[in-house]
Amino acid sequence: MAESQVTRHARGPVTYAIRVFAIGYLLLLVAWPVALVVTHTFDDGLNSLRAVFSDPDTVHALQLSVIAAIVATAINTVFGVGMSLLLVRSEFWGKRLLSALLDLPLSVSPIVVGLALVLVYGGRDGWFGPTLDSWGIQVIFSTPGIILATAFVSLPLVIREVVPTLREIGVEQEQAALSLGASTWQTFWRITLPSIRWAVVYGVVLTLARSLGEFGAVKVVSGNVLGQTRTATLAVEEKYLNFEADVAYAIAFLLASVSVVAIAIVSFLRSRKAYS
Amino acid sequence: MTRTSGIGLGVAVLWFSLLVLIPLSAVVVTTTEGGWANFWRTITNEQTAHAIRLTVLAAVVVTVVNVFSGTAIAWVLVRDRFPGKALLELIIDIPFALPTIVAGLVLLSLYGNDSPLGLHLSNSSWSVYLAFAFVTLPFVVRMVQPVLEELDLDVEEAAASLGASRFTTFRRILLPSLAPAIAAGAALSFARAVGEYGSLVLLSGNLPFKSEVASVRILSAIENDNPAGAASVATLLLLVSLLVIVVLDVVQRKVAQRG
Repeated sequence: MAESQVTRHARGPVTYAIRVFAIGYLLLLVAWPVALVVTHTFDDGLNSLRAVFSDPDTVHALQLSVIAAIVATAINTVFGVGMSLLLVRSEFWGKRLLSALLDLPLSVSPIVVGLALVLVYGGRDGWFGPTLDSWGIQVIFSTPGIILATAFVSLPLVIREVVPTLREIGVEQEQAALSLGASTWQTFWRITLPSIRWAVVYGVVLTLARSLGEFGAVKVVSGNVLGQTRTATLAVEEKYLNFEADVAYAIAFLLASVSVVAIAIVSFLRSRKAYS
Repeated sequence: MTRTSGIGLGVAVLWFSLLVLIPLSAVVVTTTEGGWANFWRTITNEQTAHAIRLTVLAAVVVTVVNVFSGTAIAWVLVRDRFPGKALLELIIDIPFALPTIVAGLVLLSLYGNDSPLGLHLSNSSWSVYLAFAFVTLPFVVRMVQPVLEELDLDVEEAAASLGASRFTTFRRILLPSLAPAIAAGAALSFARAVGEYGSLVLLSGNLPFKSEVASVRILSAIENDNPAGAASVATLLLLVSLLVIVVLDVVQRKVAQRG
């Protein structure tokens, strides 16, 4: 189909003009700047990367980012798969409203996310904060707050991948399994999950990438305490402002590589699936 | 609805409320507790009002740019064919994937003080436009692209063979089919731009009356222990997010009805 489209269409000057515009726009806005960050990172060989891994505070920041991202992704995966099943397979009052609200985290400013969490879970005068504090649980300015903020911003990503796939596969196989005596649980593990596994994988990869890179919301809730609640993205800001630009570039390079690899995996899997 | 799914729904909604709905309501409640006068005073404060105006203006301009450039890029990806096109596909997703603070650093390397192009856009209001354009780049492209792929070329060719010019074919045949996708992409990119923070931190310098945006005003209010003030500006941004959700829902229902 794609082949015949091109051969049937004569390529006029307009085609070339639009092509040059698209390439030029992407080159100036994305490709060139990204390439510069990579070259800055390796300006003096591997020294700046070595500096990252020899500074205990920065290593701690990287670890905290990874832990928060993994926990938030685990929560969002379980929540996302469960919620998608409910949205597609059951009927209940307020379903449309819930489905619209689930997209809200993607369009709320990260700073508003942080503020919202502080207002509810803040230890001093949040709605639930003082109670949780008296139970010995500190949320804001601590790791649970970072995890909450991260889970908030990446909440809809699994759902957005899984819901269309669930709709597509239909219910015949599940009903067959149920009518042959399988339990709901068996049907989920043996029939439903295998057919949505790629959608779940995409969702998980996108959630991980988004979680690892969250900055604004984490900045508000973390308090940015050196060696305790500082994440990798906060370390980039601090290192840059403290005139350690090479270290900032190196951490940025690490974060960027993870996210670029993540999207490369997803688009590779997608295109392979599209051709099969 | 079975008992298991009932319990599941209860747990899921409880978690969603604790994480998202209650905190967001807290923002609105904190604003109303401060009263209308306080809300009005906060958002009409000279510095805040300037930040809000800059944010909205830049978001509108960037959204309009995205409508044109995004549609053009989607067209190139679907209809054009040349070596290296697969690379463009990857480049388009980079702004979504990059952490926002890294996005700021990335832009600084080409448009900062060491710019190889000699363009010094950092610490000026231009930096706000630049950062918004970067982070919102994929929205319109990724909404329009699948719709364009589904479109039947025969209709366009029929129009062309009946003597319609390329422009007429585009306006009368392509545009009506693409319009809902373009609108949805535009709404998402506007919402994203209005709330943007991370990519601006290093790039714009957050200079009052010059390159300071709304989310920076919220953050300074939080840091100055003024939650009511922070909540007032945040409520304004939340209204924008809600509006976008409503627009998207309406557009999607329209498309579903037609398709």
